[in-house]
Amino acid sequence: MTEPIIRAQAVEKFYLQPDGNRIEVIAPVDLDIEPGKIIALLGPSGCGKSTLLRILTGLSKPSSGEVLWHGQPITSQNAGVAIVFQSFALFPWLTVIDNVEAPLEARGVPALERHKRALRILDTVGLDGFESAYPKELSGGMKQRVGFARALVVEPEVLFMDEPFSALDVLTAENLRNELLELWHSKKMPTSAIFIVTHNIEEAILLADRVIVLGRNPARIRADFSVELPQPRDRKSPRFVELVDYVYKIMTQPDLAVPVPEAQAAAQKPARQKYQMLPHARVGGIAGLLELLQDRGGKEDLYRLAEDLIMDAEDLLPIVEASVLLGFATLKEGDVEITPDGVRFAEADILSRKTLFRQASLTHVMILQQIDSILHAKTDHSISEEFFYDILDEHFSQDEVERQFETAMNWGRYAEIFDFDRESHRLVLAEPVSEPHPPTTPVQP
Amino acid sequence: MLPRPSAASLPDLVMFAAGLALFYGIVEIGRNWLGPYRPQVEISRSLSALPVYAGYSLLRIAFAYVLSLIFAIVYGYIAAYRPRAERLMIPLLDVLQSIPVLSFLPGVMLAMAALFPGRQLGVELGAVLLIFTGQVWNMAFSFYASLKSIPREMREAATIYRFNWWQRFLQIELPFATIGLVWNSMMSVAGAWFFLMACEQFSDFRLPGLGSYLQSAADNGDTRSILLGIATMIIVIVVMDQLLWRPVIAWAEKFKFEQVESSSAPTSWVLDFLRGSRGVAYLRKRAVRPLREQLIHFFAHQNEARVQSESESAAALWLWRVLGMAALAAIGYAVVRVVMILTGLSRSEFHEIGIGLGATFLRVNASLVLGALWTIPAGVAIGFNPRLARIAQPLAQIAASVPATALFPVVLLILIRLGGGLGLGSIVLLLLGTQWYILFNVIAGAIAIPTDLKEAASVFGLRGWERWQKLILPGIFPFLVTGLITASGGAWNASIVAEYFHFKGQTYSTTGVGALISAATDAKNFDLLLAGTIALAAVVVTTNRLLWRRLYRLAETRFKLES
Repeated sequence: MTEPIIRAQAVEKFYLQPDGNRIEVIAPVDLDIEPGKIIALLGPSGCGKSTLLRILTGLSKPSSGEVLWHGQPITSQNAGVAIVFQSFALFPWLTVIDNVEAPLEARGVPALERHKRALRILDTVGLDGFESAYPKELSGGMKQRVGFARALVVEPEVLFMDEPFSALDVLTAENLRNELLELWHSKKMPTSAIFIVTHNIEEAILLADRVIVLGRNPARIRADFSVELPQPRDRKSPRFVELVDYVYKIMTQPDLAVPVPEAQAAAQKPARQKYQMLPHARVGGIAGLLELLQDRGGKEDLYRLAEDLIMDAEDLLPIVEASVLLGFATLKEGDVEITPDGVRFAEADILSRKTLFRQASLTHVMILQQIDSILHAKTDHSISEEFFYDILDEHFSQDEVERQFETAMNWGRYAEIFDFDRESHRLVLAEPVSEPHPPTTPVQP
Repeated sequence: MLPRPSAASLPDLVMFAAGLALFYGIVEIGRNWLGPYRPQVEISRSLSALPVYAGYSLLRIAFAYVLSLIFAIVYGYIAAYRPRAERLMIPLLDVLQSIPVLSFLPGVMLAMAALFPGRQLGVELGAVLLIFTGQVWNMAFSFYASLKSIPREMREAATIYRFNWWQRFLQIELPFATIGLVWNSMMSVAGAWFFLMACEQFSDFRLPGLGSYLQSAADNGDTRSILLGIATMIIVIVVMDQLLWRPVIAWAEKFKFEQVESSSAPTSWVLDFLRGSRGVAYLRKRAVRPLREQLIHFFAHQNEARVQSESESAAALWLWRVLGMAALAAIGYAVVRVVMILTGLSRSEFHEIGIGLGATFLRVNASLVLGALWTIPAGVAIGFNPRLARIAQPLAQIAASVPATALFPVVLLILIRLGGGLGLGSIVLLLLGTQWYILFNVIAGAIAIPTDLKEAASVFGLRGWERWQKLILPGIFPFLVTGLITASGGAWNASIVAEYFHFKGQTYSTTGVGALISAATDAKNFDLLLAGTIALAAVVVTTNRLLWRRLYRLAETRFKLES
């Protein structure tokens, strides 16, 4: 077996809380990047895959474990890596060629050679003629080409890409992917491995020789498999569809009980019981999904659903997960099926939906139960949002806390469990107004 | 290869002449500054003296500005990258920004004159120092905020491509901060004129300049000189706008952090002129580019060297600790001294300060209310009527660009002729400084009210007071608050110089903390001066915290029009 270029050993990321608890973002991960391969790291959004990429490039340090570059500890100075960013991260005040030359300037390459190398690489990525343009004059696809050129000009051994195509429209992304594959297979790239982070299942299976699927909360490797389909790959081929389905299954499988890692030090507190994590879906999305399922006879394949809706797994999965959490649907082997509760919800009118949603969320959603019981217990029936931030803080990272709270607010207000006063930042018990109203006469024009 | 003489174009000749003029000016002013201190500066009122005075005033502003820029960058840099320092430096900035700088005018002038006895330099530096403290804080904050807002991926790109600190500074940090710095510089320099005029007129420490020219003209009731002085003032400001700010704004456009090109970019004829100049192109090719190349290589090699030795950070850490301790010790000493001085004051003096503060507080707020009363209807009328706005806005801008302090002697002259006292007269003086801030913000707010809201209001038949209540006042509220905050700061500052005057050999004054501070300076009562200054600063900072900050937050949350 070939020697890996980058080797991550038991790399782990966690944040220590003031009370001694730790929030684990990445569970210990072992990962090798070998030469000659395109590796895709696949996972739902917010699962920590970008963090992992930054650890592998030496940009950020793991909390424990280590990353080796050809056997030596990695630093941002010794690693022969480059990154293509999702937001392009070009310098808007520099022309295209100045952007590409900037990394060479940092390495002290003389002016003439800098210019020659930059021109050559711009030619390779199909940007000749655009040297003196400013990034803002270019389309998204062209901008990302500049991003590629800037990365390739330093002749990185490993080219890292962080969601490089997700800020582009579908056609541009497809085109750029094909060009990347062509450059790679014709060996026009001075690069011996590519590591791409993506949430797009098809993209991963289209591009990669090896796919690593990451699970969430904390990030851990759920699957790691080779894709031995010949290039160019056909999305309609049975094997391709099979692989996409397989990944869907992994990503939607109820989390298996992962054994708590051995305590590393005696002083460490035992890991706390997992708090229920809300999938970030809006009520409107859940209702839409249930109505669609109902129309289709109550059961549908996830992959087909995503394709028909032209939605990423990224966008669809939280809605499905939320429906499952609320008891409106079940998931089995990559199929979603509506439950009797779900059918009732899909068929109800606006006001009864609120009642049904309220019942469902008070039965299944932990944080809403907590809020409801606290608001009823307090004499003034109100409580500061801080209280819930404090609860969530113990279980989630800062960004995730914000999103959890946002989602809980969205659900709770819809269910009329409480009202949220933005100015005082307090939750207030909602007045029971969802009594059925008498039918109103149409408003006179 | 030099361009052939015949190829020298008009732009080049103009540039060359400008260079010569600058050189001459520096020599002349240097001679004046190093000259002996003249307790009574004779201010000539001849027309030929005006350009020289304008030059002196400009130079003071330029000097203070360069100092401010350097300080702002250093301060912002440290605050942005050292979390420990940040926790102290940002709240400090906040306080410093709201202290009325002019209250330090007497103290600083006395101190600087004492530091450099017998030299004009001391008084000059005092003026520069005051202008500096008046303009530096918002610039520092702007630079800090820009550094903090650099996107994470851009920083990561810099790290992964091994940018050294020089490259980071030049290619990321400075470009990112440019637009904020330019706008804040303009604001700062506009404010600097206000402070400079006050400094130049300040009792025993007058400085030759436009401010003292106007004062002397008013002192002698010389209407022609007054008009000439004000005209010069306006010309200087307009010329600065055309020759300096417009080109800089047009140039800074390329640092706008935008992903798509905006349709209407600011332009400047001076910038086009410079871009067309061969001399500038030659300079870039022969001097700027080689220098840049040298720097690139220098820092690239330095970077490699640093990778090999990473132990220096320990020494740097100790240096920071020592510096921090020294700063804390100095602050501690100052606090102890101040407490000692304050405890030495008599009860009657405290009483006097309290009365003064109350009077000035009322006067400042009266001027705000008066200002708001006329500017809100006027501003809304202008903002709702594009044709009126096209005429009124430039006029108002010119009127506002004349620093209120420059007009003080003139207004005072009129007030005295009318027979009014300074008690009410000083409110008029304050109004001069405050009303423009409110007016501009109200106009901007009225323009910002979306058309569909206005249409909705008329569809639902909102008229008269109801329309004001439901549409206009909530719509302009955030802008009005911003205007009032700025105006309140300006009014407190102006109160120091508006309550106490030497005029035609007489002293005019009214009850107020500003008058108290000025009188204490004249009487050389330093303890009272210090106590008055601190009390004033404390009141201003407290009102900021208790009133303005809250209103601002309300404006930001509830009355913000979001798309």
